[in-house]
Amino acid sequence: MSIFLSEKSRVVVQGMTGSEGRKHTQRMLAAGTTIVGGVTPGKAGQSVEFDAGTVPVFGSVAEAVAETGADTSVVFVPPRFARGAVVEAVDAQVPLVVVITEGIPVHDTAAFFAYAEQAGTTRIIGPNCPGLISPGRSNAGIIPADIAKAGRIGLVSKSGTLTYQMMYELRDIGFSTCVGIGGDPIVGTTHIDCLQAFSDDPETDAIVMIGEIGGDAEERAAEYIAAHVTKPVVGYVAGFTAPEGKTMGHAGAIISGSAGTAQAKKEALEAVGVRVGKTPSETARLMRAIMGG
Amino acid sequence: MEYQAKELFSAHGVPGLPGEVVTDPEAAREAAQRLGTAVVVKAQVKTGGRGKAGGVKLATTPDEAAQKAEAILGLDIKGHIVHRVLVTEATDIAAEYYVSLLLDRANRSYLAMASAEGGMEIEQLAVERPDALAKVPVDALRGVDEQTARTIVEAAGFPAAAPAVVVDQVVEVLQQLWTVFVEEDATLVEVNPLVRTPDDRVLALDGKVTLDGNAAFRHPAHEVFVDKSADDPLERAAKEKDLNYVKLDGEVGIIGNGAGLVMSTLDVVAYAGEEFGGVRPANFLDIGGGASAQVMADGLEIILSDPSVRSVFVNVFGGITACDAVANGIVAALQMLEGQGETIDKPLVVRLDGNNAAEGRRILDAAAHDLVELVDTMDDAARRVAELAAQGA
Repeated sequence: MSIFLSEKSRVVVQGMTGSEGRKHTQRMLAAGTTIVGGVTPGKAGQSVEFDAGTVPVFGSVAEAVAETGADTSVVFVPPRFARGAVVEAVDAQVPLVVVITEGIPVHDTAAFFAYAEQAGTTRIIGPNCPGLISPGRSNAGIIPADIAKAGRIGLVSKSGTLTYQMMYELRDIGFSTCVGIGGDPIVGTTHIDCLQAFSDDPETDAIVMIGEIGGDAEERAAEYIAAHVTKPVVGYVAGFTAPEGKTMGHAGAIISGSAGTAQAKKEALEAVGVRVGKTPSETARLMRAIMGG
Repeated sequence: MEYQAKELFSAHGVPGLPGEVVTDPEAAREAAQRLGTAVVVKAQVKTGGRGKAGGVKLATTPDEAAQKAEAILGLDIKGHIVHRVLVTEATDIAAEYYVSLLLDRANRSYLAMASAEGGMEIEQLAVERPDALAKVPVDALRGVDEQTARTIVEAAGFPAAAPAVVVDQVVEVLQQLWTVFVEEDATLVEVNPLVRTPDDRVLALDGKVTLDGNAAFRHPAHEVFVDKSADDPLERAAKEKDLNYVKLDGEVGIIGNGAGLVMSTLDVVAYAGEEFGGVRPANFLDIGGGASAQVMADGLEIILSDPSVRSVFVNVFGGITACDAVANGIVAALQMLEGQGETIDKPLVVRLDGNNAAEGRRILDAAAHDLVELVDTMDDAARRVAELAAQGA
């Protein structure tokens, strides 16, 4: 199964004709993703050549969906156009929209998330995220496809490079799906959404959850785990050495007063039986022990 | 700072008191003269607790305003030196309230917070009297319309605490603050205190606005609010080079790619450092996705110029970034710095994994720089760099 994404996913790329969109479409195709089209307003009827073949460009998401039956959109459009692009995908009732774009104003994210909630037909992942991959099946975003093989671990993380690191550590055991949910203060899909999906996925046996300072998503995830998750969960939290009041790279990664600290998150997770590693490698060893690898 | 928040409030019609920002006592006297009333002279610094620190004083005459300004300018309030004071009309206060609009991460929307009991630090109120602080979710698409504003003031206990004419004004202020919040792309809009005067006017006496840096492209006017100053000289130098750098107080310089991995690197070094006399990371530096030689050189230059740094850890997982480009960046950066006549005497521990890691390692091996040491895993590299920092002590 895998979550959110499978070998059946039919992907359009919004912003495919831009440099980032083009580069990553090439990589997604190479990873075996079924890319059925690109969307760039004003460029309907054009097409783009890739190593794997020619991909048509549509002028709107609605048109792309009508022509290709696309069910997933990966968004690379620049920040100032991102809100419009996501709203367009929601209007076209695309079930999964993965927003890679970094630097979107948070009011725009809040608005398109609320819009999607109201419509009730679209899940948003991101923004400011690496996307998600089900190794060997499909890759929607910028996660390198060759880090790890397919397997039965589910991974959810706010951070792109920590996702890669953890995939690398457990590359021989393999993953059902790895989801980078993004480091912005407001993200469309949370740790809890992924925990729920991994819990329900018969092809996922255990879950790695990577968090970082700021907000209380990890604490809420801990409550969710205690109430709903029976599969083993291993955790890692980044930012123990982060000082209060300074943003550590990600817009959402900031400790305010005593709220949002790594220690509080670790304690909340451990209190519900989640084993939390001190380093990414130790976290991987905990998972290895569970998977008998 | 307060006076900047007031400018934004005033631009959207939020009622406040007239005032002027000045940088010397004589200008404070003139400002008080122009206002023609008793004034309050207030330190403009980016921190709370100004009153307790002697940074807020009442003056009944222009001469007195000059004296108070003289006393406040140059004060050190929690590490912030006062360079500006706000001279503002003084008013009698019948009651103090609190209102704010902010992001609600949990619900991926917005939250309004309000209390009919203001006048204390809001963190303190939240802990000591949580019932007195109303938290009302705000729908992102609907915003704070009149009905939502009424819900907020009712939840906060205003109807019981104040006459209808005051409640109506608070309802109005909340809607105006919503306009500030959305139209200025703020992530926080706070008024503390919002006051009721003895003649039942409602005024925003002091406030705070946090602007979303991601939205800067649609607010050219916000450029003046961007704080390019940094108290730390290394952070200032890094800001000038657009580096994502935060100075910390340890001995191990850190360079990595990706915010999460760099945060993790700091932790892993601090953890390894426990074995070596409590060695800790000296900084956070994320060179991001495309690690060009120039970015690597800029980063290394800043870290090597930090006198507290004794060893440096370059920790890269190549996702999109190719490790051979990173390795070339390191080699070129060292050449560039040595070419500028800098003596590099701090050891570098490098860990490369992921995209083209083997080629990256080969490049560093071939360069055979005396101070560069390759270590295979992140944990081992952290241990080694901590050990080197401890030896360099």
